[in-house]
Amino acid sequence: MREILDDIERWRLNGRRVVVARVVNIEGSGPRDPGASMAVNEDGEVAGSVSGGCVEGAVVGEALGILHGDQQPKLVTFGYSDDEAYAVGLTCGGTIHLFIEPLTW
Amino acid sequence: MSSIYETLRDRIRRDEPVGLVTVIEGPNIGAKLLIIPGGPPTGSLGDSELDRIVGRDALAELEAATTGVRHYGPQGQTTPEDLIDTDTVSVFVESFSPPPQMWIFGAVDFTAALAKVAKVLGYRVTVCDAREVFATRRRFPMADEVLVSWPGPVFGARGSELGPRDAVCVLTHDSKFDVPAVMGAIATRVGYIGVMGSRKTHDKRMQRLAEAGLTEPHQIERLMSPVGLDIGARTPEETAISICAEIIARRTGRITPSLRDGSGAIHS
Repeated sequence: MREILDDIERWRLNGRRVVVARVVNIEGSGPRDPGASMAVNEDGEVAGSVSGGCVEGAVVGEALGILHGDQQPKLVTFGYSDDEAYAVGLTCGGTIHLFIEPLTW
Repeated sequence: MSSIYETLRDRIRRDEPVGLVTVIEGPNIGAKLLIIPGGPPTGSLGDSELDRIVGRDALAELEAATTGVRHYGPQGQTTPEDLIDTDTVSVFVESFSPPPQMWIFGAVDFTAALAKVAKVLGYRVTVCDAREVFATRRRFPMADEVLVSWPGPVFGARGSELGPRDAVCVLTHDSKFDVPAVMGAIATRVGYIGVMGSRKTHDKRMQRLAEAGLTEPHQIERLMSPVGLDIGARTPEETAISICAEIIARRTGRITPSLRDGSGAIHS
């Protein structure tokens, strides 16, 4: 969170809605540890990262889906065994669990 | 009244310890508990007993600076028998600890390079030298703090801040400064003590340190001297990488070639 606070603050000051995604668990080889975080605003701007670049694009899609949808937090898994995740390319062979939620707390 | 996010943000920015607990699976998904040492948690996961038990566990995680997922019953049950036939609540416990510290003694060229690399790794960097003309903010703009002082008073006033995640690097090559810096560091719980110098400087320094009372093998064992991994570093920048790589390797316990454990010329 530390490294994305400045961007989040700037977006909040400009009245932008924000979604935060955090790595909560990894299995096998994962590029970032639990706590790695990324923020997405309603314009699709991004701060931080949650992997080596493999799943960030998909996270933006999930985040915008939450903002334009039911606003509900969700636990999302990307991994080798997951067809959709494999499509977005987690090439390290690990599985990454992300918690994605609107910043409304 | 600040929101949970605002309190979290402010404490992270002030380098004050804080923990954030979030329900990631089960009832009340997204519910939060904010953990602040010395006070009651704020927020709620949806059940007061669950809050009490998770709050206690999250405080322990914060003290250990660990982050991860934990599982409970709806009222905080943790024993396997209590969890049979009941929904479980999974929480993500995230600990935000103040950054580790690196204290660098000696305001030399190597100091600027080491301070830069340490900042990249997230350290709070303090540079200390007794010579006023060298220990200036202008020479070390990357440092968080520049002190004009002898080592003794700095360790006397603040040595208790240092713990296993922190590092002390002594780069002066000057025994009248090196010796009190090393003796000061040895008296703390600091996790890494690196002391720069050629093997000849090292041998002389070990004599001076012995005269100063450093004779216990388990204390001498704590010194990484000469400092750094044996990667053939030459420039201040390369040396800074070799020191920081040694700090990482000592923490992770990996087998790497430290200069301390070898012999022969450092620069060949």
